[in-house]
Amino acid sequence: MNCEECHEREASLHFTKIINGEKTEFHICEHCAKEKGEFLPGSNSFSIHQLLSGLLHGDGHVPNTPSSNFIPPSLACEKCGMSYYQFAKIGRFGCDNCYKAFESKLNPIFKRVHGGNTLHAGKIPLRAGSSIQEKKQLQQLKQAMQQYILNEEFEKAAETRDEIREIEHRLQQGRDT
Amino acid sequence: MSLERFISDAISPWMKREGPESDIVLSSRVRLARNLQQFVFPIAADKESAHEVISSISSFINQEKDVPEAENLEMLVMEKLKPIEKRVLVEKHLISPNLAEQAKYGAVLMNEDESVSIMLNEEDHIRIQCLAPGFQLEEVLHKANVIDDFIERNADYAFDEKRGYLTSCPTNVGTGLRASVMMHLPALVLTKKMSRIIPAINQLGLAVRGIYGEGTEAQGNIFQISNQMTLGKSEEDIMEDLAGVVMQVIQQERAARKQLQDGLKLQLEDKLYRSLGTLENSRIIQSKEAAKCLSDVRLGIDLEILPGISKTILNELMILTQPGFLQQYAGEVLTPDERDIRRATLIRERIKLENR
Repeated sequence: MNCEECHEREASLHFTKIINGEKTEFHICEHCAKEKGEFLPGSNSFSIHQLLSGLLHGDGHVPNTPSSNFIPPSLACEKCGMSYYQFAKIGRFGCDNCYKAFESKLNPIFKRVHGGNTLHAGKIPLRAGSSIQEKKQLQQLKQAMQQYILNEEFEKAAETRDEIREIEHRLQQGRDT
Repeated sequence: MSLERFISDAISPWMKREGPESDIVLSSRVRLARNLQQFVFPIAADKESAHEVISSISSFINQEKDVPEAENLEMLVMEKLKPIEKRVLVEKHLISPNLAEQAKYGAVLMNEDESVSIMLNEEDHIRIQCLAPGFQLEEVLHKANVIDDFIERNADYAFDEKRGYLTSCPTNVGTGLRASVMMHLPALVLTKKMSRIIPAINQLGLAVRGIYGEGTEAQGNIFQISNQMTLGKSEEDIMEDLAGVVMQVIQQERAARKQLQDGLKLQLEDKLYRSLGTLENSRIIQSKEAAKCLSDVRLGIDLEILPGISKTILNELMILTQPGFLQQYAGEVLTPDERDIRRATLIRERIKLENR
């Protein structure tokens, strides 16, 4: 049976979608399924890990830069022993260190899964230290200052600049002691 | 065991309370995924390492008396449970199917009213889950955060400044937060609006699923709406986005209910009474039909078309008529055909209790 989308390739995925109790059958090839994004997590069928594994395998969809396509077979995590190939196959990290070991490959994956985002913007563990919190705050303030300058709100910009200096001073002192 | 006693044991105490917007929102849930820095993730762990995770957590749990949310937690080790007991925990949404079936050295910590369950060695070392009736996302997030802070005071989390909380699956990294609400949306389904609403919700980065999660269809018109993204947004932003969409869906559902009542009152009454009739009289009923009829009866209760039946009946029966509970009630392993008979009997008995 040919794919209902491209009418060229053999349909290899057969789905039943139920909308309002009405059954509709889909016969589609893998290529078109990915392209359509029909079967993204949460929209039935496919388990999330099957899908991720498909994304991680590359096949031209994930890596943005041609050079990042090449994965040295030796790329592996020294803490848990998981290789990048294994990770790509099962779609899960073996330990926290995998994030460091596969660092160079991760941005495109995160971008894809998290709507273009690659950086954490949420809660920070209390004990991980206040310095992370302050650095984050610093970043936000700097962005806000730029915005004030663009809006020609110079008084606010100056206030924000003072706040930034204060935090920078505090961070500097923290390093000195 | 009498049916009253069985129901009371089967329904989590938190479910018996009524929450805000409970005509439409059945429950709110938050899950935080966390890992301990010194151990490899469960997927790569050997028995020894997995057991160390459990003993490391249990060494401080229940020690601190200042955190009521984390008090009196009872630990259940998966290896020691019978398959049917695990199934019942899944049907009550207290553990994931993954912990019941696949996790090698899994355990769960639960509080007395079963509104808190902390899974150990599921996909991540720790999964803190908090549940509440009705629409109470803020409250459940607060509760989960309190427990999270308590654990973090006693253990080193795998955390990275850039990537946030490091999780086994790349889809959870960052906040590790999955927030979801379970909604009963019969009027949107009946008026065929749901098929337009689902893609719109998906476009906002939220997922709509059937009651039992990924890959399940919406049995009994119950949909689960949850956040997809965990990286790049703060917990508050994630919750705000989700809550905003849920509020809109609630309004749409209410409008659709009104539309049905105004325009098709007799047809609606006919449909709802027929479903009640099916539940009161059938001798064999499959889970799908039961779910559909229960949804109708619930709608009938909410619209005050079917008086004299308590509101919790849908929540109860949706759980009680699952295979695990049916078999637990019967006290024996049942074939699917036998389950359909038992299901019909259980529902009839339950409704009779109501009419007494």
